[in-house]
This record gives sequence, structure tokens and C-alpha cells, in this order.
Amino acid sequence: MQQRLRMELTGTQIALWLIGGGLLAMVLIGSVRTLAVGKYTSKQWLDFIVFGLAQGGIYALIALGYTMVYGILGMINFAHGEIFMSGPMIGYFFAIRMARSGFVDRQPILSLLIVLAVAMITSTTIAVLLERVAYRPLRGAPRLVPLITAIGASFFLQYLFRGLFGADVKVYPDWDILSGKVPILGVQILKTQLVVIIAAVLLMAGLYTFIQRTKMGKAVRAVAEDRAAAALMGIDVDRTIAVSFALGGLMAGAGGLLYALLFKQVFFLMGFVPGIKAFTAAVLGGIGNVPGAMLGGMFLGIFESIGPNLFLDGLGIPAPYQLKDVIAFTMLVMVLIFRPTGILGERLATKRA
Amino acid sequence: MRDLQPSQLFRTALISSTVPLLLALTGMVEAFSKRGLIGEAVSVGHVLLFLSILIAAYLFERRQKSPSPLNATISGIVIGGVSGIVLVVLVFLTKALIPKPWDLRSIFPNASPALIEVLTFSRGERTGALLLFLFSVVSGLIGTLFPLIPLLIRGPLTTGFLVTLIVGLLQDIISTLPIFRGKIIKFFFARSGFKPVGALLIFIVTIVLAALWHQYGRRLREEHRQLQQRRPMTVQIAVWTFVLLFLLVLPRIVGSYMSEVLDTVGLYILMGLGLNIVVGFAGMLDLGYVAFFAIGAYTMAVLTSTELGFFNLTFWEALPLSILASIAAGVILGVPVLKMRGDYLAIVTMGFGEIIRILVLSDFLKPILGGAQGLTRIARPVIEGPIIGRIVIKDPPHFYYLILIGCLIALFISIRLKASRLGRAWMAIREDEDVAEAMGINLVTTKLLAFATGAALSGLSGAIFASKINSMAPHSFNLLISIYVLSLIIVGGMGSLPGVVVGAFALMGLPELLREFAEYRMLVYGAAMVVMMLYKPEGLWPEATHVRALRQEESREPVPEPSPKKAPAATVASE
Repeated sequence: MQQRLRMELTGTQIALWLIGGGLLAMVLIGSVRTLAVGKYTSKQWLDFIVFGLAQGGIYALIALGYTMVYGILGMINFAHGEIFMSGPMIGYFFAIRMARSGFVDRQPILSLLIVLAVAMITSTTIAVLLERVAYRPLRGAPRLVPLITAIGASFFLQYLFRGLFGADVKVYPDWDILSGKVPILGVQILKTQLVVIIAAVLLMAGLYTFIQRTKMGKAVRAVAEDRAAAALMGIDVDRTIAVSFALGGLMAGAGGLLYALLFKQVFFLMGFVPGIKAFTAAVLGGIGNVPGAMLGGMFLGIFESIGPNLFLDGLGIPAPYQLKDVIAFTMLVMVLIFRPTGILGERLATKRA
Repeated sequence: MRDLQPSQLFRTALISSTVPLLLALTGMVEAFSKRGLIGEAVSVGHVLLFLSILIAAYLFERRQKSPSPLNATISGIVIGGVSGIVLVVLVFLTKALIPKPWDLRSIFPNASPALIEVLTFSRGERTGALLLFLFSVVSGLIGTLFPLIPLLIRGPLTTGFLVTLIVGLLQDIISTLPIFRGKIIKFFFARSGFKPVGALLIFIVTIVLAALWHQYGRRLREEHRQLQQRRPMTVQIAVWTFVLLFLLVLPRIVGSYMSEVLDTVGLYILMGLGLNIVVGFAGMLDLGYVAFFAIGAYTMAVLTSTELGFFNLTFWEALPLSILASIAAGVILGVPVLKMRGDYLAIVTMGFGEIIRILVLSDFLKPILGGAQGLTRIARPVIEGPIIGRIVIKDPPHFYYLILIGCLIALFISIRLKASRLGRAWMAIREDEDVAEAMGINLVTTKLLAFATGAALSGLSGAIFASKINSMAPHSFNLLISIYVLSLIIVGGMGSLPGVVVGAFALMGLPELLREFAEYRMLVYGAAMVVMMLYKPEGLWPEATHVRALRQEESREPVPEPSPKKAPAATVASE
């Protein structure tokens, strides 16, 4: 029996390594072939990378919410993508009003900040409410129970927003100061992308400082480390968990607005795919690890942005952009199989999962 | 006012007032207002609105430790009143803001004049608002006073109300059933909804029946039990024969449209039974379950479609191959996720489902799978025999029998597996993976077998589906299907076989019968999943051992909140 078990385990192991090795080989062969052909100029590659950075910054902002909640509760907040969606959705109504009244043209920066604040506040409110209503009563329930609650909440929020605000795609107004390009180090970069990258970096720096320097941040880290011990040290665990949800909501709301600025549109399903990708980013960086989430987000953004052109094109796959999402999903699976601790690998994810 | 804290009462009132508000703003009230319940005057929309207030008030009152008529009256008035005020404010806001730039409708598309018409009972603003407020208060009052009525009266009243409501909702369907004569229908129903006499009659008859059942039901059940003990085989055979006969003549009774609905429900039962093995028995949350359905369907399509002309197999030749393909996919997708648990497994399987869908949609695989257009001209099952001749199965009632056979086989497999060594191994894994492994259960084979069995049933469902609709498009396989199946299992009760059937009928049958509901199904399913997990994690029709497990774990670990009290009504239902 023992012998058989080991045989089978090695059997699955071999199968996994074969799949992984095959994918890696595909990526390498594809990249080499594309580069050998020289289909894209170096300027085009740079454009891809800058776009990847902007998108990666947004992924990173969302990933922070996943990572903090996972770090504390050990559960994936499936509804985080909807928290991300809710901010720009509500922000849209403010943006469109201000654009119509001409306020956007008169006070572009102030109006942008107002919409940002609205988005962040909305997402935070939804995140905190969700924690209070759906997750808090279920602490200590069997694993599947909060997980299913989260999935249900995710779809409930999606279709609640659809019911309340309609199913149409809402187009964000244009900010004049965000259109056009700026030259940086001899490269022309879209202003929107630049603003998105800078804002994402600033927000992440702010969050990192908050977690590392303030008392509340220390409490968050303590609860993530050991909830029972933190409670014994006089930390209000419920409040700390609510705070970490709120922080995740703040980042997701801001990320949502940046997403809306980058793609100029919002609709009720927009949270789903970025949500999964941000989760991939969080896993990539090592779930429960705040700097890891930032790094993972950026990495995933760039990888996804150059991937279709780099290796799918080289493999002769028609219309490689259609398979863009497959890259992220495959990466998620591969990371979970081969290095579940992520790049920075702070915790043993299998132990907690 | 003993034991009644005003702050708590007002908080409850405010929180519960969001429910009717959301019902109104998401457009549910308006959508259902076109469906009359009693004539045109009382629409389903109204019932929905006031029922939500009533239920909120009822739930509040049942949580009170020492109920008294005075307290109940006060809380009823407050809860109903607050909801009423919120709704009245909505009416006036919508009316007042219409011409201005801050028109409520530009944000909430459903805050329309049509909604105001419904909310004010088409009686103008003032009278309508007053009526709206009064009805809300009355609903709140009924809700809080209801628990004070003795159970002997309360039970039959609830049953009577529910039956009347359901019959009213299904009016369209009932009046098209071939077994009813036009005269009977005309006596009960108006053009839309009940005639008042009809509603009253059904209400009273149900109450009388329910009261009789309350009185004499126990003796009947006792006799049934004794009979079962004396002659177990006879009773079982009799019950099964009866059920089978009923199922066989069902399409004849309900007609072609309802057969179509039954087909849909049946396909979901098949998928539900499969996912039940993976989620309910083995405790692995698979969100990419629709992938196996898609693989079964596409295998059937590719093998039989004369449009492609690759293989041109017949349905019966392709069916085992479709199931085999699904099983293979189940094992292949199962291997990488063997070590993952809970959350990770859910998100990775969801990723798999998406990968399959994107691949099918892409230009990359278009030559084989038809891309976004899909495939057409899929073979229909043909039965040939010496006596019956050649029958092509193509109508819903024909497919009903095919699906019925599939469901019965799946049910049989599930029942047998559940009691088997393998089934117990699955449940051991569900309860605790590490302990199960320590007890000598081979996790690899056991888990892969769960994935494979689940995939096989889903593949069977997919293959029949492909043949039934005759054409195949990737849009039939989005993530929502997985979520539908998951929610029907959860509502029915994870791991419970009758639960799957009940869940499929409730969740999948309803949107087919009430077209307005289809628009809001995900909203309702999402809410249902959350509510079920919060208050009744074992489902509506649970499996006995699972209840024990779910309840025990709750009581073992300390919960910071006082855990929500289990409903007495719920225990009645689970008996």
C-alpha cells in the first residue's frame, strides 16, 4: 500500500512537471521566434511595458485587499472585485454631473480628487458593510461556509449594481489634462498611463507606511500573525479586521477609479476579471504579504501586456490578444502548483490553505 | 416596554427598510406589477414589497425574549412605519426631481413614473402615498403579531397563504395544462390573476386541509412507519412504482411547454448530482464545473455534426465518447489541484472554466470548434427496433424521457456511491483531509475519482443538451452556469440527493415559469447563497449527518457574535 501511494504521488508529480516544462518551453520557443523575426520595434515594446506598468499598478492596488484579508482571516474575499467595481460606478455619477456643469474644465484637479474620494469612500463602505453583514457572523464556521458566502455576495453585489444602475456601459468623461502624451527620457508616454502609475505608487507607499508605522497598522500585522495572541494583548480583533477590510476597500476604490480613467468606461461586470487577475498577483507575490502583492501586480501587468505579442505570436497563434486572459489564469495555476509561497514567499501557503 | 430597546428597534427598522427600497429601485416591484395576483388590483409586485416588510417584522419579533402584545404592536408599527416612510420619500423624491438636472432617474433607471404608479396604486400622489404608508404599517403589524398566534392556527394560515400565492403565481401555466377544463379555469382565474372568489376558495380549502393534516397527520405517518417496518420491500416497491408511473405520464399531463421546462430542470439535476459528488460528498468547491458540461457538449457536437463532417457518428456512438472525454478532462484538471484546498481550489477551477471558454471562443481553435458562431447540425438520438420502428428523438417530451433515464441512472449511482466505501472516503475527506489521509485513505485516487464521477455526469448532461438544442455556441457555457448549479446544491442542501432535485426545481424551474424573475435570478441566487450560509448552512432538505457536522463545528468553536437562532419553522421542515 505504502509503495503504491508513493508511486502514484510521483506519477502525478511527473505529470505536473511535464505540464510546467511544456509551458515553459512554449514560452521560450515563442519568445525566441518572435524576437528573431523582429516584428516589433523597441519603441513598441516600451509602449507595451508602460501600459503593463499602468495596468499592473491597478492589479497591485486590488491585490492589496486580497492579501490583507487573506493574511488576517485566511479566506479569499471573492467579492473584492465587486468592491473594486462599486467605487468607480458611484464615482461615475459625480464625474458626469461635474463634466456637464463645466466644473471638470474649470477645476480639473479638484474634480478628479472629488471623484477619487467618492470612489474610495464607496468601496470602503461596501467592504466594511460586507465584512459586518456577511463575514463576521461566520468566523469559526467550517471553511466552505464563508467561502460560499463570499461567492454569493460577489454575485449579489454585481447584480444589485446592475439592477440599481442599469446594465449599460457607462462612459467616463474626458479630463483635458489627462489627454495627450508627455516625453520622459525620450519616450512618449500617454499622460493617463503616467498618472495611473504615479498614483498607484503613491497609494501603495501610503498604505505601506500606514501598516509599518502607525499603531493601527501594527495591530493589523499583529492580528494577521496570531489572532488569539493579539486579542490577549488587548487588540480589538473585530475592529482590526474591519480596518483591514476598509484599507483594502480604499485601495480597491482608488484602483477602480484609475481603471476607469485608463479604459474610460465602467459597467457592473468590470470587477470580475481584474479581480481574478489581482488575486493571481497576490498569489504571485506570496499571499498575505503586502510588498509581495505590489510586486506581483506589477509583474503580472507587464507579463500580460507583452505576453501575447512575445510568445503567443511567435507560436503562430492567430489573434493572440484573445488569449490574453488565459495567460493570467495559467500563471495562477502554475504558481499555485510549483511555488504556492509566491515570489517573496513569506508564508507557507499550503499550510494555511 | 420591558426588554424592548428603542435603539435596537430603530436600527432593525432602518436596516429592514432597505429591503423594500432595493426591491423598488432594482425594478423588481415594477417588473412583477404586471402580473396580477388577485385581479389587477393586487399584483405580485405589491405582495413582494409588503411581504418583505412583513417578514422583517416577523423575524424581529421572533428574536424577542419575552413577547407581549403591547411590545409586538409597537415594534410592528415602528418597523412598518419606517419602511413606509422610506417608500413615501422615494415616491416624492422621484416625482419632485423629474424635470431638474438632478433627476433621480438618471442614476436609478428604475425610479420611473411607472414605479410611482405601482407604489401609489395608481391613485395619485397624496392618496397613494397615504395608502402605501398604511399598508406598510399593517404589514409590519401582521409580521410582529403573527408569532403570538398559537401554532395550531398559525401553521394552516401560512400554508394557506403560500399555496394561494404559488397557485396565483403559476396561473399562466395552470390554465394551459391540458387536464383542466376551461370552465374550472374561468371560475378561478380572471384574465390576469385570481378572481377574488377563486383565491378565497383555494385559501380556505388549503387551510382546512392543513388543519386536518395537523390533527390526523401524525397518525397517518405512524401507520406508514409501522407498515414499512412490517413489510419494507412491499412499501418500497409500491412507492417506487407509483413515482415511476407518475414520472412516465408527466409530459402527457403538463403539455409541451412544461416538458421543455422539465427538460431544463432535468439537465440541471444531472449537473447538480455531479457537482454534489464533488462539492457535497468530497467537499471540494469546483467553480469551473461548467467546463465539463462544455466538453461533453462539444465532444458530442464535433463527433456528430454534419456541418463539420469529421466523424459523422450517431448520437449513441458519440455519447460514451463524450462522457469519456469529460472524465479525461476531469482527471487532467484534477491532477494540478490535488493539493489545493478550499479557496484556492475554487479560484483555480474558476480559472480553468474561463480558460476553456476563452479557448473555445478564440480564433485559434475556430476551425474545429466553430469559434463564437459555434457548431450546428448535431445529431439527434434515433431509436430503432423491430416493433417500434424508427423514432427520432427531437421534441421536448421525447427528450424528457431521455433526460429522465439519465437522471435516474445518476441518482442510482449517487445513492449507491454514497453508501459505498468510496462515498465514505469522500465524506471523510470533506470532514478533515489530514485525518482522512492518516486513516489510510488514498487522497490522490479518491479525489480524482470524485472529479471524474462529477465530470462524467456533467458531460452526460452536456451531450444531451447539445443534441437537444441541435446547435452549440460558447455562450451557453459561461461561469454563471457553474454558479447556478452551485446555488441549487446549496439551497437544496450540500450532499443531499433529494436536496439537489428540490433545489433544481425551485431555482431552475422558477425562472422558466416566471419570465420576469429570470432578469433578477443572479441577484436572488446571490442573496440566497449568503442568507442560506448565514442562517441555514445545511440547506432546505439536508442530509442528516451533514447537519450534525455543520452544527457541531459551530458549537465547538467560539463565535464572537451570538449565533443566529435556528428557526423553529426550519426544524419542522427538516423533519
